[in-house]
Amino acid sequence: MSSEVLLKVSGLSMRFGGLLAVDNIQFDVKGDEVFAIIGPNGAGKTTVFNCVGGFYKPSSGVIEMAGKSIAGLPSHEVARHGLVRTFQNVRLFKELTVLENLLVAQHTQVESRLLPGLFKTRGYRRAEDEARAHAAQWLDFMGLREFANREAGNLAYGHQRRLEIARCMITKPKLLMLDEPAAGLNPQEKRDLQGLIHQLRQEFGVAVLLIEHDMSLIMGISDRILVMEHGRAITTGTPDEVRNDARVIKAYLGEE
Amino acid sequence: MGNNIKHAAISALLTAVLVMPVFGLELIRQGARTLMQPNWSFVFIAMAVVFVGQLCRPWLMIPFKAMKRGLPTLPAAPTGGNKFIIFVLVAAAVIWPFFSGRSSVDIATLVLIYVMLALGLNIVVGFAGLLDLGFVGFYAVGAYTYALLYQWAGWGFWEALPVAGAMAALFGFILGFPVLRLRGDYLAIVTLGFGEIIRLLLINLNQFTGGPDGISGIPKPTVFGLEMTRRASEEGGETFHQFMGWTFQNQHMVIYLYLMALMFALVTLFVSTRLIRMPVGRAWEALREDEIACRSLGLNPTRIKLSAFTLGAMFAGFGGAFFAARQGLVNPESFTFIESALILAIVVLGGMGSQVGVILAAILITVVPELAREFAEYRMLIFGLVMVLMMVWRPQGLLPMKRPHVELEK
Amino acid sequence: MSDLIPQLTQQVFNGLSLGAIYALIAIGYTMVYGIIGMINFAHGEIYMIGAYVGLVTLTAFGTASGMPLPLLIAGMLVVAMAVTGVYGYTLERVAYRPVRGSPRLVALISAIGMSIFLQNWMALGQGARDMAVPALFSGGINFELGGSGFGVTMPYSRILIIVVTVVLMIGLTLFIRHSRMGRASRACSQDMHMANLLGIDTNKVISFTFVLGAMLAAVGGVLIAITIGKLNPFIGFIVGIKAFTAAVLGGIGSIPGAMLGGVLLGLAETFAAAYISSQYKDIVAFSLLVLILLFRPTGLLGKPEVEKV
Repeated sequence: MSSEVLLKVSGLSMRFGGLLAVDNIQFDVKGDEVFAIIGPNGAGKTTVFNCVGGFYKPSSGVIEMAGKSIAGLPSHEVARHGLVRTFQNVRLFKELTVLENLLVAQHTQVESRLLPGLFKTRGYRRAEDEARAHAAQWLDFMGLREFANREAGNLAYGHQRRLEIARCMITKPKLLMLDEPAAGLNPQEKRDLQGLIHQLRQEFGVAVLLIEHDMSLIMGISDRILVMEHGRAITTGTPDEVRNDARVIKAYLGEE
Repeated sequence: MGNNIKHAAISALLTAVLVMPVFGLELIRQGARTLMQPNWSFVFIAMAVVFVGQLCRPWLMIPFKAMKRGLPTLPAAPTGGNKFIIFVLVAAAVIWPFFSGRSSVDIATLVLIYVMLALGLNIVVGFAGLLDLGFVGFYAVGAYTYALLYQWAGWGFWEALPVAGAMAALFGFILGFPVLRLRGDYLAIVTLGFGEIIRLLLINLNQFTGGPDGISGIPKPTVFGLEMTRRASEEGGETFHQFMGWTFQNQHMVIYLYLMALMFALVTLFVSTRLIRMPVGRAWEALREDEIACRSLGLNPTRIKLSAFTLGAMFAGFGGAFFAARQGLVNPESFTFIESALILAIVVLGGMGSQVGVILAAILITVVPELAREFAEYRMLIFGLVMVLMMVWRPQGLLPMKRPHVELEK
Repeated sequence: MSDLIPQLTQQVFNGLSLGAIYALIAIGYTMVYGIIGMINFAHGEIYMIGAYVGLVTLTAFGTASGMPLPLLIAGMLVVAMAVTGVYGYTLERVAYRPVRGSPRLVALISAIGMSIFLQNWMALGQGARDMAVPALFSGGINFELGGSGFGVTMPYSRILIIVVTVVLMIGLTLFIRHSRMGRASRACSQDMHMANLLGIDTNKVISFTFVLGAMLAAVGGVLIAITIGKLNPFIGFIVGIKAFTAAVLGGIGSIPGAMLGGVLLGLAETFAAAYISSQYKDIVAFSLLVLILLFRPTGLLGKPEVEKV
């Protein structure tokens, strides 16, 4: 975990037909920081996420992850560069069990060739056991162990969110992108989330890029913040700088 | 009540319109002229049936509503548990043909071919959720691969078998690669188009494929290199029966083919049972649920779907080679869209992803028409009707099976 | 190459008349897909039924009865449209409405089952073999172009196809643009849920879509029966897939797209038959389908879709 720049975004623009949803956005995320993107609804935050994550092909811009260009790559390749994300509406595999959600996430790390699997070779069984143990570790860490064999769709909402984050973390990412992770959580769960993000950063050395509306969470956890409005950047800075910036206040509250 | 009668009357009227030009006014050719023969009684009977049916609808619906929920959902078959039962069943299946009549064994062989094909398609449709309407194309590739290898190079069945599977898998790969990212309905139509293209090519490439007449004289499979025929085809060659000191009977070849088909079906069953418990099987299920989430975790959807598609194609190829060996000849007429629809129907009616259900459906669809020979004319009509009814009343299939889950011990 | 122009003219004419038929059927596919997002697999069978009803009507009136030809043809068309309209309505109620909320595969199987059912329904009723359609008129406009000696033949039956189709296309476009039902249809195809909330009876609009599509297909069926002179219960399958290809080519969901796609496919197929080989013309259509879906699935007049994450 270093303080080198991990994710570099510059000149990012995304146009949908006649609508310029994202206009010349620039920011970078260091390997050890928590970086937040905030802004009123419709500011283009999720579009930025989707561009970085490879779900949209940006109209223009440079996106680099650990020095390698990832702009325009399909999302599964972006993920292989160490960048994973959660979604606004939790996207779990609802009919798979909690454990299986974590196993699928390790797909690129297990023995997925056919013949070893068909004949249950030793190498195959070892890889499966390791994957299962690894999943169990994360279940313990997230406090979800008792739900291991339950269908993911049957979990309480707060637990689902944590499972989604665990699923991301089990791929050993370098950068974790969280899309409104606090949405729908109660105040206690939000405090837990804050602690969790902090813990993930400390213990696993993962950088975090998040979109959020909950200001106390943002102010409490972020190292730096980018404020967007109407697709453009208003300002970038530390929580204190942003909190006192007149332009930011105007964007959120309108003219005084 | 008055409303019901009005509703029933309208239905009866619509029935008349539907039935009249098809059954009510029959066109008969007489020499060079076309005459019309009215069949009013048919129309009136149809109207009456519909009228009464609509009136009695609430009562008639009761058994059907029960059917929606009634039939059981099988629990996930535990892998180790029922080994004994499976052993008994397999042993029975192996012994049975020695005590049965030739035609029964023949039908059973046909059933087993369909079981194998349906289990293969089940991997594509049931496990991976890919709408494949062109499965018969890979079946044809397998069959013609064997036929052509025999015709050009004199290969026997066992040498041609792996090649047939490989060719079919190759075709599956080449087709699947560009096509599998298409949305469900479009994928269905493209695969349908591909199946038809194969059939048309087979009909038209006369030099290669023998055109509409196909290729004949394809030999049956040998037993460890020894032919199972009355006389050796080559000078000085030895047949299986000569080697064993037995007398040749036609029945023996029938039984041999049956045992081979049984073996193929069991292998397919084994492979597909393993597949759903392997990482690739989990990936198929995850992909079916949420492709975007899969991508965000680094899974490559096209590659994962391709594995299912290619595997299914390979099994179709094996099935095709066996079909060619059993029939002795291949021609394009055996590989129409109806075959694809039939195998797909078996998979869907059995309960997609449910292996037991698929096997049961294969048995039903093959055996029932044989039992009800007098209704042969109505076979396809009833088949189409059953497809619609099943989708309306019980789309999850006859015996849907809960997927086996990977468990974590506490 | 002094007969290039007359040859081309001939091929273009043939292609247009074939394309007109495809356009008529393609509209049915595109309308249904635009409104409920489903491929009506049994639509080709509706076309086939239309052809048969035309033949039955013709036989009922009797060709020698002295009825003036235009009246006879109009009668065939009207009866065929009425009957297939009922078929279209029933088809939707029986096989599609009950599975509307179900997964794609379920609806597809239901549609395929209906297609198989209708083919054999007709085969049982009128026989599975080819049935001859008496020639209603012979001759056409024949002329030579460019003094090359190559005659361009324009049979009256094919001219009729083109004329009727053009009239129907114009009528349909006006109807969709100006009538209440047309507006409701457009609303439903853009946002069904919203249309429902606004008080539009979406079930009625859907039924109407099926009926209208069926009627147009019936016209195609009758006209083809007159032109080709024979039919059997299985002609719907291949023509159906080709018409669907035309709909996709033009942009599924777009009625002008279906018209354009139909014409283009008709021309492509005719030229392929003339200059490559008539045996391979079916392969041309299927290959075109595969190619469009691979490289431009939204078709010529369709809008590219962006996936919402």
